[in-house]
Amino acid sequence: MEINKIKDGEKLTVELSGRLDTTTAPDLEAELNANTEGVKELVLDFENLAYISSAGLRVLLSAQKNANKNGASMVIKNVCDEINEVFDITGFSDILTVE
Amino acid sequence: MKQIKFNRANIEDISAVTEFVEEQLEIINCPMKTIIQINVAVDEIYSNIAKFAYGEADGPVTVSLEIKENPKAILIKFEDNGIPYNPLEREDPDITLSAEERSIGGLGIFMVKKTMDNVDYRYENKTNILTIEKTVEGI
Repeated sequence: MEINKIKDGEKLTVELSGRLDTTTAPDLEAELNANTEGVKELVLDFENLAYISSAGLRVLLSAQKNANKNGASMVIKNVCDEINEVFDITGFSDILTVE
Repeated sequence: MKQIKFNRANIEDISAVTEFVEEQLEIINCPMKTIIQINVAVDEIYSNIAKFAYGEADGPVTVSLEIKENPKAILIKFEDNGIPYNPLEREDPDITLSAEERSIGGLGIFMVKKTMDNVDYRYENKTNILTIEKTVEGI
């Protein structure tokens, strides 16, 4: 998985490509932990993300909780059908903001 | 039937398992959606085995793949000799809770149950045998 970060003031866009699974989820978690301090608007761009497993969902859940706690927004955009299905099955559609 | 075996179940090998499975699925022109669902299932099951089957110790894991005909279906079997554990007995997570109330436990196997057509567990000859089956449509 590749992680590309674009910082613009209080806005952080994180572009992901590849697979967000058991082996790569810790990389995203580390990147988010290291770069979200002071961020008020977090955008996760899934355009080139092929799939997500529960390890990836765990990282998204924890990022969403952090955003809620810090009064920041978190938006996931360009989500493919396969990942949307995973969000629906797991009820994550109700927790996350998907655009 | 094709098979891949590791003497020590290790999380780092997930990509090798996924690659092995994908290769077989591409041969039969499996639709991308099904490949993705199977990849996720493989990630969930293999990572569970690698993390928990042998506790702190190491042990082997075998993944076998078989293509069934009429109707066409993919059968993947995971075998390990670790602690007897039936993941299907795990209670389904409450998917209606808010972010704050949610925990992530059990979500992986829940996704497997929802996306595969059949998931079966048995314990035989000191071996955990977990089989997933997915019918392939349109080929």
